Amino acid sequence: MSLRVLNGFKFSSLKTPVHRLDPRAKFMLVIGIIVPSLLFTNIYLLAGLLLVQVPLLLIGRVARRWVQSLRAGVFLSALIFVVNFFTGPLANAVALTLRFLLLMTTFSFFFMTTSPDDLGLAIDKVGFIRWLSRRWLGYPNALSFTFTTAVRLVPTMAVDAQTVVDAQRSRGLELDKGNLLKRVRNYIPILIPLLLIAIRRSLELAEALEARGFPGKEGRTSLFELRFKPVDYALLGISLAGIVLSFWVFFHYRVPTI
Amino acid sequence: MKVDSGDFLAIMGENGAGKTTLAKQLNGLLRPSLGKVTVDGDDTTKKSVAQLSRKVGIVFQNPDHLLFSETVREEVGFALKNFGFEPGVVVKQVERTLEALDLAHYAETSPFLLCGGGRKRVALAAVLAWEPDYLILDEPTIWQDYQQKERLRNFILQLNSQGKAVVMVTHDVEFVAECNPKVVLMSKGRIVAQGQADEILSDDGLIEKASLVKPQMAKLFSQLGEFGFPRDVVDVHRAKMLLEQKLSEAKVSVAQSS
Repeated sequence: MSLRVLNGFKFSSLKTPVHRLDPRAKFMLVIGIIVPSLLFTNIYLLAGLLLVQVPLLLIGRVARRWVQSLRAGVFLSALIFVVNFFTGPLANAVALTLRFLLLMTTFSFFFMTTSPDDLGLAIDKVGFIRWLSRRWLGYPNALSFTFTTAVRLVPTMAVDAQTVVDAQRSRGLELDKGNLLKRVRNYIPILIPLLLIAIRRSLELAEALEARGFPGKEGRTSLFELRFKPVDYALLGISLAGIVLSFWVFFHYRVPTI
Repeated sequence: MKVDSGDFLAIMGENGAGKTTLAKQLNGLLRPSLGKVTVDGDDTTKKSVAQLSRKVGIVFQNPDHLLFSETVREEVGFALKNFGFEPGVVVKQVERTLEALDLAHYAETSPFLLCGGGRKRVALAAVLAWEPDYLILDEPTIWQDYQQKERLRNFILQLNSQGKAVVMVTHDVEFVAECNPKVVLMSKGRIVAQGQADEILSDDGLIEKASLVKPQMAKLFSQLGEFGFPRDVVDVHRAKMLLEQKLSEAKVSVAQSS
């Protein structure tokens, strides 16, 4: 189950208008959807925000994978619904379940249609992050590089994890045997090798980077430059307007759940 | 493909030919989607990995994927405890395996402090400890120096003489030439040839097909073919015999002519 959920957050390299949007504008859209969904519990609003994304998912040709990840998330949303059903009114339970699905959809939309490279470039453009990175690590690109590397190593780690599981199962380890405590302890022979592999790999990566002159000089250029297109400005405008409007309504009116 | 007790078999082929996939089929880590794999007459789809591993021990290529204990002794005993051996037997088996693999003086050392070859030997010991009837070695010779390779060869022969079957997945043509086991040659997920190493490794067509390189001795003897030597010589011992014979013939003919 867990693996299928992850599928809904994995980037696939397609050339659609949604993929071509500037990651900064797209991230603003994500915030523009998340802010009202966290401020209000109105069912119509939440359902609306969810439906708005369906055409985007269709244009981005990731709708099928989104449905798959939703199906895998059914268990968690059912849990949220049941817990809230027994502790409050029905409408509230529906709203909170919708909110969960909406958050999942929004993030999965963003990560499915934004390449880690673009994301790294976008983070690199944010002045605050560059400033922070320079203060902490002495180099403005270091933080964004760390982030993209982490994202990129996830698939490699998944392969390693599978091999470790295979190796320990070949030594008679049965993961789903025993009581709860025993089952948790069963994961120690999996986690220790994985952790050590990750540490060793990062040290090797650091050496390889330094051998190739990282971090280089201030003012490094990049092969691809992010540039706002008219549609990006439009998206940015709409998102910002939505955020401002949400806060204004939040402070002036009480919006009912239903 | 069939492995009998006392057999020594090498699975060879280019990267991605399916060697490791084939090895994983043998203890049920992977189950066949077509066809059938049986271990001592039991279908692998009907037994758990732990049950099959008791008979078929797989030593994975990279020891980092399985080492996790604080001491070498614990590492070697891990599988024995999983298989439910009596504590007394565990201690005895661990001692014996450490002795056999020249690891006894490292018993209380952390396996992570050993060098690459040492870790590799601990990984081997961790599987040998429960004395599986069939031993699968995935790339046993990488990270081993020449002396260790020679020891490994003797060790495999010793296991063979005890009636254990050894299957080795490898690229190392020189090592295979030296051992002269049965060879299963794979290419693109299929077995393309089976036979004794000297037949397979001296066959230009097959070598080409599996993207291998001939061992030095086979190269030499394919050149010496014009002097009436057989071409299928891959190991030093046979080469020595043939050359000695030829030299004494030459001496005799020189003596006769004078």
